Amino acid sequence: MAGSIRASATTEGTLWGDARRRLRGNRAAVAAAAFIGLLVLAALLGPLVSPYALDQVDWTLSPLASPPSLANGHWFGTDSNGRDLFVRVWAGTQISLLVALLATAVSVVIGVAWGATAGYLGGRVDGWMMRVVDVLYALPYMFFVIILTVVFGRSLWLIFLAIGAVGWLTMARVVRGQALALRQREFVLAAVALGLPARRIIARHIVPNVLGTVIVYATLTVPQVILFESFLSFLGLGVQEPLTSLGRLVAEGALEMETAPWQLMVPAGVLALLLLALNFLGDGLRDALDPRLG
Amino acid sequence: MRSTRGSAEVGPDALFEVRDLSVRFATPRGDVTAVRGVSLEIGRGECLAVVGESGSGKSQLFLACLGLLAAGGAAEGSATFDGRQLLGPDDAKRRSLLGTRVAMVFQDPMNALTPHLAIGRQLAEVALDRGLMDAEAARARSLDVLQAVRLPDAGSRLRQYPHELSGGQRQRVAIAMALMTRPELLIADEPTTALDVTVQAQVIEVLAEARDRGLAVALVTHDMGVVAGIADRVAVMYAGRIVEVAPARDLFAAPAHPYTAALLASVPRLDASPAERLAGIEGQPPSPGVEPEGCAFAPRCPAVLEACRRHRPLLERFDDRSVACHAHRRSQGHGS
Amino acid sequence: MSERLLSLRELTVGYPMPRTRLAGPRPWFTAVDAVDLEIDAGRAVGLVGESGCGKSTLARAILALVEVQSGSIDWRGQPVRRGDEAALRRMRREIQVVFQDPVGSLDPRMSIGESVAEALEALEGRQDGATARGRVASVLTEVGLDPTLAGRYPHQLSGGQCQRAAIARALVGRPKLLICDEAVSALDVSVQAQIVNLLADLRRRHGLALLFISHNLAVVRHLCDEVAVLYRGRIVERASSASIFAAPRHPYTRALLAAVPEPDPAIRARSAAPELRAAVATESVAGVGCAYRPRCPLADADCRAEAPRLEDGGSGHLTACHRARAGTPAGLTR
Repeated sequence: MAGSIRASATTEGTLWGDARRRLRGNRAAVAAAAFIGLLVLAALLGPLVSPYALDQVDWTLSPLASPPSLANGHWFGTDSNGRDLFVRVWAGTQISLLVALLATAVSVVIGVAWGATAGYLGGRVDGWMMRVVDVLYALPYMFFVIILTVVFGRSLWLIFLAIGAVGWLTMARVVRGQALALRQREFVLAAVALGLPARRIIARHIVPNVLGTVIVYATLTVPQVILFESFLSFLGLGVQEPLTSLGRLVAEGALEMETAPWQLMVPAGVLALLLLALNFLGDGLRDALDPRLG
Repeated sequence: MRSTRGSAEVGPDALFEVRDLSVRFATPRGDVTAVRGVSLEIGRGECLAVVGESGSGKSQLFLACLGLLAAGGAAEGSATFDGRQLLGPDDAKRRSLLGTRVAMVFQDPMNALTPHLAIGRQLAEVALDRGLMDAEAARARSLDVLQAVRLPDAGSRLRQYPHELSGGQRQRVAIAMALMTRPELLIADEPTTALDVTVQAQVIEVLAEARDRGLAVALVTHDMGVVAGIADRVAVMYAGRIVEVAPARDLFAAPAHPYTAALLASVPRLDASPAERLAGIEGQPPSPGVEPEGCAFAPRCPAVLEACRRHRPLLERFDDRSVACHAHRRSQGHGS
Repeated sequence: MSERLLSLRELTVGYPMPRTRLAGPRPWFTAVDAVDLEIDAGRAVGLVGESGCGKSTLARAILALVEVQSGSIDWRGQPVRRGDEAALRRMRREIQVVFQDPVGSLDPRMSIGESVAEALEALEGRQDGATARGRVASVLTEVGLDPTLAGRYPHQLSGGQCQRAAIARALVGRPKLLICDEAVSALDVSVQAQIVNLLADLRRRHGLALLFISHNLAVVRHLCDEVAVLYRGRIVERASSASIFAAPRHPYTRALLAAVPEPDPAIRARSAAPELRAAVATESVAGVGCAYRPRCPLADADCRAEAPRLEDGGSGHLTACHRARAGTPAGLTR
């Protein structure tokens, strides 16, 4: 009853409009979104602002690894090779975000297509399609990535593919569940009664109605991807010199933990804050897009 | 227990009384008023039907009294049960009343029934949780209430789960649950709306029998046919206000408010000629967010007068009933 | 002589049930059991029964939305089969459906104008923008909606308005038969009256045939020329509307009539004659014999031994009951 009262109180407003409004009211999510925005800005501008290059060694320092100081211009300090950490951290953030976004995009595209089709078609097709997912889930993932890396060398694109290749599995499962439920809804039946072909129904009725869930999961996948990429880098399988990522920086910093703690704490701090913000944003999106409210 | 069934007014010892109750919801688009200054009473052992369509506020009225409003909702005014105030911050006191002396049944019985517990267990828990009786007595009482709601094979039902029963049977179990603590007032919110006609009749019978045994019933519904089967008095709501209150027989025989008349005329009857058009009501109820000027029903009213659009008619007593309508006033010789 | 639009013969539709044992045949639930039904052009046929009697399944079978186990569906003389895409496409232009949940039957992410336009495109092929908009506006007006509401979303409209939009979507392709599956059951009574009147008007204006599925006999009486009563997947009585309401013969039909809530306490006989009170239904009836037997106050040994068949008791009034006899049920003596 209250839902109908609220609904009829709106004179205009699409579902997206309502969602945007709810999101704006969620302080944690808004703060998180702002923070992420700042971080992206810093990542883009940081290397430009700094007088130091990514792999430039500052021979004036002695020892080469020096703690953060405003005096000598190395605001975040330098690593054990004397390279400016400020530049490296922001450049690393760029790479981490890039990998995360692209890999998530790959997961979303494949996962939604797979899951929506399986869920809508149901029956045996669904069975087989989801069995594929189950089998892939069961594979030793690290093993796979290592083999791929050995065979194809360590390129950035390979990392996107490797991560995306696994990321889509969960998305597919989630979307398939939603699609199965949607299939029973009367507006889908009405579309079938109109004689619309399955691909039209999936594209026009199923996918738009799962987008809410997909967006939320995507936002929550991004942190997972960043962590995974960090893990790969930690193992030495991730991005290679001269590029760097937050994960690599953390890996390198961990080695110097006792003598030069800032080398670990700065990139780890940025990483942790980024992940926290993404999680808050994801939660906020989920609340905003929850179809039960209005 | 003095019964005031069917009489014009309930009198000073009404079991349940609402005075000037308003319910407002704060929404992102502004305040929405669902109930506007409603007053009514229910006497012991009588059935008051509160009738209205979607958006009339009839459900929100009782949800407010029981403290069940959705987030963002606030109630003003007074609602008392046996003299005790129901509104206000004292949660503990209200909770002690609810579920013991006042019980509620909803449209979807699955709101009351837990899918993973056997029915007998759920029934017994109602009494045990409130420390009203021991396990042995609770079990006996469970059997009693299942029989009271005419569920055959009561003994074996105790071991069954909700999903093993049909919709009508589940609703009867929900009523049985409500009866476990021997309440004095049962609020039934659209109890038959989701059910087939044959089962509706049975559920209404069960409620009527409980009423005959002394239970006061507040029946919230939009179905006039169901009302006719049980109500002693009827209150009709439109756009958050009460527009008419009358004894059931009088209301059906001669509805005073044009909305009541239109509502009755909309119901398809088996004894009417099938070739006649059904008399619907043109237009739509006002949006709950908007306070209408004058009478809320004026835009749709066949008996509308000039005064109706400017002054909101107040609820007034005319013999046995209360009506809020300028046209009715005039017809009763009270001038405009 | 109007054209025979729809002809169902011995139609049987069922669903597989979850397995209770690892081996052996899968349990099967027969929702529609050997049903015969005809609908002629311009006629309104009411299909009446309680939840679970198979009426919605029947509607879906007619629309080729579910597999049929046996029996035939003929549309305008041509058989309809799930695999035959060309035939189905032709049929879909001519049979459309309106469902029970007005808001749920419209895609929440599409405006009602878009939903109607989609139907137009699906049934008649791509239209140019202006033509499509014009058709959408005209059908919206026809169902009593202001065309400016075309940009609204379902959650912004009332139940009645959504149902009108759903009817507009069903009508835009000018179908010959409209299936209404409990189309007014979820509406407030005054809105229900509006929609029923709308359907009657549309019938008159377009010569539309109706298959009106409902559990509310009073509404069916207002709209339909013929009524078929469905119990557990079988038609137990079928006759013209006048005949069935004046003299229902099957005990189930009489029970349904007696249960119709009359808005008049003077008439409401809570103590209806015992034979008309529907007893509580027990679980599924196994074996031979009449499916209604457990609830029937008139059941005897014959009823247990053999399932009755639909027989003409005179002037086209078909009843499936060993004990059928004409009579006036208590509920109608006024």
